Amino acid sequence: MTSSGLIASSVTRARKLSAEELNEIEHEITLYADKKAVGLEALKIVQKHQGWVSDESLLAISQYLDIPGSDLEGVATFFNLIFRRPVGKNVILLCNSVSCWIMGCDEIKDYIKEKLGIDFGETSEDGEFTFLPVPCLGDCDRAPSMMVGDNLHRNLTLEKIDEIIQQYRNQ
Amino acid sequence: MITKPLTKNIDMARGPLNISDYQAVDGYQSMQVIAKGLSPQDTLELVKASGLKGRGGAGFPTGLKWSFVPQGDNSPKQKYFVVNADEMEPGTFKDRLLMEGDPHLLIEGVIIGSYAIQASKAYIFLRGEYTVSERALKKAIDEAYEKGYLGSNILGTGFNLDVILHTSAGRYICGEETALLNALEGKRAIPRAKPPFPQVSGLWGKPTIVNNVETICNLPGILTYGVDWYHGLTKGQDHGTKLFGVSGKVNTPGCWELPLGTPIRELFENHAGGMRDGLELKGFLPGGGSTDFMLPEHLDLNLDYDEITKAGSRLATGTMIILDSGTCPVGMVGNLMKFFSQESCGFCTPCRDGLPWVDEIFNEFENGCGSEKDLEILHEHVDYLGPGRTFCALAPGATAPLGSGLKYFAEDFHRHIKDKRCPYKH
Repeated sequence: MTSSGLIASSVTRARKLSAEELNEIEHEITLYADKKAVGLEALKIVQKHQGWVSDESLLAISQYLDIPGSDLEGVATFFNLIFRRPVGKNVILLCNSVSCWIMGCDEIKDYIKEKLGIDFGETSEDGEFTFLPVPCLGDCDRAPSMMVGDNLHRNLTLEKIDEIIQQYRNQ
Repeated sequence: MITKPLTKNIDMARGPLNISDYQAVDGYQSMQVIAKGLSPQDTLELVKASGLKGRGGAGFPTGLKWSFVPQGDNSPKQKYFVVNADEMEPGTFKDRLLMEGDPHLLIEGVIIGSYAIQASKAYIFLRGEYTVSERALKKAIDEAYEKGYLGSNILGTGFNLDVILHTSAGRYICGEETALLNALEGKRAIPRAKPPFPQVSGLWGKPTIVNNVETICNLPGILTYGVDWYHGLTKGQDHGTKLFGVSGKVNTPGCWELPLGTPIRELFENHAGGMRDGLELKGFLPGGGSTDFMLPEHLDLNLDYDEITKAGSRLATGTMIILDSGTCPVGMVGNLMKFFSQESCGFCTPCRDGLPWVDEIFNEFENGCGSEKDLEILHEHVDYLGPGRTFCALAPGATAPLGSGLKYFAEDFHRHIKDKRCPYKH
C-alpha cells in the first residue's frame, strides 16, 4: 500500500496529468483550506480536458491530492455530471422533472431517441451525441428545456430538435 | 420608492449591469453604510428587525440564524459564509433569474452577510448546469475586487473578504446545507447529523452560515433603504417581496417579484394569465416539488408563509407548478417520486429503499397494473418516509406531494386500478 491507500499496480496505471491540468488543479488548491477538498474540482478539470474521467485519470488525481482512490471514486460516481465512461462530442441533458414532464418532455425524449438511435445513457455510433436525463434545469417557465454542452435550449418542439441537432452536427 | 428591490435592475434582453452602472442605481450603497460605522452586530440587528426569512424553502428567520454564530475572542477566528446557489427543486427557477439578471446584487449581499458574521471567506456553491450564471458571477466578482469591495481592508473598514465561486456537478441533495458543506469539502454530498449545526461547526468544523441566493439578495435593500422601507413592502404578515413563479399549462408562465401577502389568484390570473384555453386548474404545488398540493379553492389565500402552512402546504420556494385538467395527477406525482428516488443520496435506509419502492408502484399504475394493495403501500410510505423518520428532509419532502396527491386525487388513483390503464392517455 502507498500513502494514498493505493495498491502498487494502481500507481503504475495512473496517467501523467498534463501541465495545464496541474496548473488548474494547483490554482484550485489555493482556494480551499484543505487540498483534499479539490477532488471534485480536479475531476472536473480532467474531464474538461479529456472529455471524461478514465481509471488512469482518477488514479493520477488520487495520488496528486493524496486522496484514497476509493474515496475519490466515491465522489466521482456520486455526482452525475462526472463521466466515468467516454461520452460523445456533445452531451445532451434533457430535463425530465415535473414542469418539463407536464409540458411534454416524454415526447421530446422519444423523438431524440428515434432520431439519434440512442436511449438515455447511450452514445451515438458516430460519437457525436450522448443522451442523458437531468433533474430540473430551473428553466420551468420555458419548458421543455435541455442543455447541449454548456448551452441551454428552451421551449422545445420537435421542429426545434431537428434544428438543434443539425446545428451541433455542423460544428 | 423602490418597490421591487430584487429585480429592479433586471432586464434580460439587455443583460446584467456592469459595476459602474450598478453603482449608479444605488448599487454597493450598503458598503458606504458599513464604512460610516455600522458594526457587524448592528448589521445583524438590522436584519433581525427586518423580519427577513430564508427564501430557500425552510423560511427560517435569517437574523436569528446568523445570531447562532459564536462571536468574541473565544470563538474560532475563521468563519465562513456560504451561498446556496444549487437551485434544483423541481419547478423552481428564481435564483437563476437573480444570478443571470443582476449578479452584483448577490455579491453585495454576500459582503453584507459575511461582514455581519465576520467571515473572511465566502463560497458561492453554484450548480454546474448554470453556465450563464457562472459567467455573470465571475465577471461581477472580478469587478468587485477591482473596485475594492472585495479583498483586504474593504473601504478602510479593516474587514477582509474573499469570494470563491465553486461550481458543482449535479445532485439535488447538495441543496441540503450540511450535504452542501460535505460537497465543498470534496466529499460525497451526504447530509451530516445535526447538532452540531453549521452555524457552530460547519465547513471544516468552523462556524458557517449557509443562505439561499434570494435571501442574500434582500440584504442590500435592507441596509441601503432601511428597515422601515423594508416593512412597507409587504401586503401581508411576512416582510419583503419575493420571487414567485408559475410553470405548467398557463398562458404566460414566468417569474415575478411581488410583495409577500399577494393573493395567489393575482399571481395565477394577472401574471400567469390563467389556464390555457380548454383546460381547467385542477391543483397546484405552491412552492416547488416538495410541497403539498393545493386546490382551486385555495386561490384566494395569500402568498404568506403562515397562511399557506395553515392550508396544509408550504410557501417554500414560491414557485408554483400547475396541474391542469388534461394532465394525469398520478403521473405527475409519479414523476416527482422518480425524481426523489433518483436523487436520494442513499445514506439512510427509509429514503434509499422506500423511494424506489414508491417509484416502482407508480410505474405499475402507469402500466395499468396498480392495485388496491399498492395504494395501501403508498399510504404507508407517507408515514414511513415522513418527518422524523429519515436523516434529512429529502424523503419527508417527497411525502408532501405524495400524501396530498393521494388525498386530493384519490378518485384518479382508483380509476387507474379500475380501468387498468391511465385514463388520461388517449
